[in-house]
Amino acid sequence: MTQKNRLDGGQVNRAQQLNFTFDGKSYQGYEGDTLASALLANGVRLMGRSFKYHRPRGPLTAGSEEPNAIVELRTGARKEPNTRATTAELFDGLIAQSQNRWPTLAFDAMAINDKLSNFFAAGFYYKTFMWPAAFWEKVYEPIIRKAAGLGTLSLEPDPDSYDKGFLHCDLLIIGAGPAGLIAALTAGRAGAEVIVADEDFVLGGRLNSETFAVADQDGAEWAANTIAELSSLSNVRLMSRTTVLGAFDHGIYGALERVSDHLPVPPKNKPRQILWRIYCKQAIIAAGAIERPIAFENNDRPGIMLASAMRSYANRWAVTPAQRITIFTNNDDGHRTAADLHAKGVLIKAVIDTRTHAPKSDDYEIIAGATVTDTKGRLGLERVDVTDAQGKVRMLSCGALGVSGGWNPNVHLASHQRGRPSWNDQILAFRPSETLPRGMSAAGAAAGVFSTHGALDSGISVAVKALEAIGIKANAPALPRAEDATINITPFWHVEGATRAWLDQQNDVTVKDVKLAYQENFKSVEHLKRYTTLGMATDQGKTSNMGGLAIMAELAGKSIPEVGTTIFRPPYTPTAIGAFAGRSRDENFRPVRKTPSHAWAEEQGAVFVEVGMWLRAQWFPRPGEAHWRQSVDREVLQTRKSVGICDVTTLGKIDVQGTDAAPFLNKIYCNPFAKVPVGTVRYGLMLREDGIVMDDGTAARLAEDHFVVTTTTANAVSVYRHMEFVRQCLFPDLDVQLISTTEAWAQYSVAGPNARKLLQKVIDQEHDISNEAFPYMACGEISVGGIRARLFRISFSGELAYEIAVPTRYGDALVRRLMAAGEEFDAVVYGTEALSVMRIEKGHVAGNELNGTTTALNLGMGRMVNKKKDSIGSTLSEREGLNTDDALKLVGLRPVDLANPLPAGSHLMTKGDPVDAAHDQGYVTSACYSPHLGHHIALGYLKRGDTRMGEVIRLVSPLTGVDHDVEVVSAHFIDPEGERLRV
Amino acid sequence: MSDLLPEMKPMTALGGDSPRADTHGPVTLTEVTHLALASVQARLGAEEACRKRLSDLLESDAPGVSELVMHDPEASFWIGPDQWMIGAPHDSHEDLAVQLTTRFGETASITEQNDAWAVFDLRGEVAPVMELLCPINIRKMAVHTVQRTAIDHLSCFVTRRATDHLRILGPRSSAGSLHHALVTAMKSAH
Repeated sequence: MTQKNRLDGGQVNRAQQLNFTFDGKSYQGYEGDTLASALLANGVRLMGRSFKYHRPRGPLTAGSEEPNAIVELRTGARKEPNTRATTAELFDGLIAQSQNRWPTLAFDAMAINDKLSNFFAAGFYYKTFMWPAAFWEKVYEPIIRKAAGLGTLSLEPDPDSYDKGFLHCDLLIIGAGPAGLIAALTAGRAGAEVIVADEDFVLGGRLNSETFAVADQDGAEWAANTIAELSSLSNVRLMSRTTVLGAFDHGIYGALERVSDHLPVPPKNKPRQILWRIYCKQAIIAAGAIERPIAFENNDRPGIMLASAMRSYANRWAVTPAQRITIFTNNDDGHRTAADLHAKGVLIKAVIDTRTHAPKSDDYEIIAGATVTDTKGRLGLERVDVTDAQGKVRMLSCGALGVSGGWNPNVHLASHQRGRPSWNDQILAFRPSETLPRGMSAAGAAAGVFSTHGALDSGISVAVKALEAIGIKANAPALPRAEDATINITPFWHVEGATRAWLDQQNDVTVKDVKLAYQENFKSVEHLKRYTTLGMATDQGKTSNMGGLAIMAELAGKSIPEVGTTIFRPPYTPTAIGAFAGRSRDENFRPVRKTPSHAWAEEQGAVFVEVGMWLRAQWFPRPGEAHWRQSVDREVLQTRKSVGICDVTTLGKIDVQGTDAAPFLNKIYCNPFAKVPVGTVRYGLMLREDGIVMDDGTAARLAEDHFVVTTTTANAVSVYRHMEFVRQCLFPDLDVQLISTTEAWAQYSVAGPNARKLLQKVIDQEHDISNEAFPYMACGEISVGGIRARLFRISFSGELAYEIAVPTRYGDALVRRLMAAGEEFDAVVYGTEALSVMRIEKGHVAGNELNGTTTALNLGMGRMVNKKKDSIGSTLSEREGLNTDDALKLVGLRPVDLANPLPAGSHLMTKGDPVDAAHDQGYVTSACYSPHLGHHIALGYLKRGDTRMGEVIRLVSPLTGVDHDVEVVSAHFIDPEGERLRV
Repeated sequence: MSDLLPEMKPMTALGGDSPRADTHGPVTLTEVTHLALASVQARLGAEEACRKRLSDLLESDAPGVSELVMHDPEASFWIGPDQWMIGAPHDSHEDLAVQLTTRFGETASITEQNDAWAVFDLRGEVAPVMELLCPINIRKMAVHTVQRTAIDHLSCFVTRRATDHLRILGPRSSAGSLHHALVTAMKSAH
């Protein structure tokens, strides 16, 4: 098909023809086209169907404010629904599909909704789907979703990547029209660091869409020359295809750069988009203005568009939507469109001006004091019915109607921090008020200054002032000569008597819907929005909100500013979720922490588990082991029988030094730490200020003024933060210094009866680790193969055990050395599951027991809270409510029928009591199968548990149907006297 | 007997025998493994004395807030109030913490940090890479300064040794993630 509506001139590159398809049909366009301009050039006005009534729709605009020409781009995993044809850059091979229609765009079965529109008025959902309540989820919602979906997702992972980035500047200029460009020139020449961001792929704003001269040059040419100078300045960064999405606190702006959207596929390793966070000292909103339509009967047919958009298509893209054009306006700007298109050789049927004193023309008819009262044309405009000042109706045959209802300054970014725009009677629009965020100012049309001269003038003055505020003196460049037309507009929002006159074309909200909302008392502008869905579509009502406000004002007998605007919120235009995620997706969702033995564990075929960011070996399957329990049971039994090795690097390690290190730890831990002998380790219980247990661990005293504190893996960061708080804020007079060394040391537990023998083979011979020389809870600095190391005789498993640490770079070597030395003992390596089984068997508490609700008393460690000293949490642990007679106490649980499991999370009930919350006696915190005992065991909290040893109670889980008898026993299932530790 | 056991061979943060290097266009990322590190924290009331010892060591003023002092063999940067990191060649200073403890005496608490960090040198046109990684105003970051920042959710030190040379220190256990983030940004930016 030829490009029958392509005009002469424009900024498209005719040397570069591009092929594309729309709904399977092939077309040609040119480099520089958008999908919308290329389709219009090919005579295609119908580009979509509306959301609710499935009305045929074509583009209303030529920019990002587009409500109608919403399409799916690309295919396969890259298919993207809900993209605006008016901003989609054409590239060779682009595949576009219309959406929200079945079976075809021209014949859409769902258009029946339009015939039933009386049933689908505002509030339809709320009124219709109220009953029966049970129908909502199963019946109504699926039907509505099927009927109303806009586009379809590929349901495949997005193959593209997205970056996040950070930029800094003195001055951020949002919008590269005449105001923005000259502001940039002013600031750039003054040496300020400037960023200019514009959502378009060609900078220049309206200068590319108008025929105005600037400084005796064509406006677009002036823009190009200015851009060339700005490009030569190293302190100016020009960012096209970059939409500033939001204005946030402290001069921070979010901006989305569409790096590769104009290409079929992003280049290798390059992102599709970058979400920039821009830190600026000053910002100028020069985002221009958006023209608004007038509501009249059937004002939504393809071919009816904003007059300014029509001008953009003609001047920039050399396209007319039809060969015969009519204009409908309430202001002088509409006449510009008629003049420009006439100059391009397009037939202007008439300009219909609502004002009786309309400008005259010798080239085409002006119908003053008239309105458009109806239109015809099923899939595109064919006829416009005009009612003139005398009430006489005329029918004008035309293919397109340009509508101009005045211009709204783009106040969104100025209002993102709850700034309220103020009304201006001269332009009949809101513009940024004094409530602008700190450091922000507005220039040009965004400030309500609509002439080119005014825009240039305000761009300069606003830039000079903004720079002055940050101590940069700028000289104003010469003000280029440009048009300075005054604003001549008469209020006219909608044609009286219309029944189906669209305000929000994307969400199908009509004048009638607003009236209904008013009638049903949804009069607040925020209620109007929610009740009718006005402005709630992807275009956020950029072309529709003002119309709604104006009608509401009329109905309420108020002025428009009295009705007010809804709250403006980011993002300014729809933004892909992928851009917010950036590179944090899939396996890179968050960073991974690997232990020093990770590579070796992988060689052993370990199964890993995520513990926070850490990847820890969970168990190490051996050939023939088909179930994880087989691996874990073997690891436990062999450790208890001979020796096992486990990487415990993940435990937090905090270096505590200073002459007051001991008094400091005496504050941190509730049990005594003032007199820990050098060369020994002490178990410590740490309370929160409110008396609840925070963490437990050990502190090894390496010297009078030096401890190494260990924490649980989960609490490594929070304990360090707590200790820093205590050091800096509670006891700043103590001489103590803290630093984390978790990453610096690789640490392994060597546990089991043969642990010492194994270690004696591994460590350097001069170190005596006999029971006498290195007893239980000893610690010291040793060496391994000449490498400095630390040894701690501590045990989580309940066996004779040590933890040995070397600098992390030697961690891999150490595990290999330990395993080689352990061969003669059939040493095993064990993972976190076996670690957990052994600590439950031993009755040691862990995260499950230290769950943020339990006290030392609950743990059976009440007497550890030393009352001879003041420590954090000590006083509040005495609260009455934490010390009741029926307090929960940690107990062990054994099934009466040994075949029964004891699921963690089950609740404990006294036999004979009803199973309900009122009779709850406690709950199971940790459970496992004990290979040592040959049956399941559990730890749990039971009311008065310490006095109920031997009692048979019920373990229940009504949710999963568990109901077993269990016996209350000691939490120490093995070696309750601790003899194994001390051999 | 221990002679028959595997030797205590060091492994780099990225898990290799030797430092990894990646070049993409005008930037090169090199794993730094030759560095010994130790933190120096002044004891309460000994801040001036500690600063004096540090000054003697560096033959320069102690690094002020956000400063890096390059010196051979020991260099230092500021990490917090009365706290500094000191680096020196690992071959000659593997026991850097011990050496410094002797040198600073009772004026400071010294902690070995050799293997707490994965260290990378980024050389070349670094600004476009760093802009994709962290909020540092990299184009304005002066030579011989340091910033603490988050890269790929990881807390890192970024030191500027020269206009075209950054040294990045991140948590060693996440060396792989940090390296991936750096290389990805290199490929994206250039």
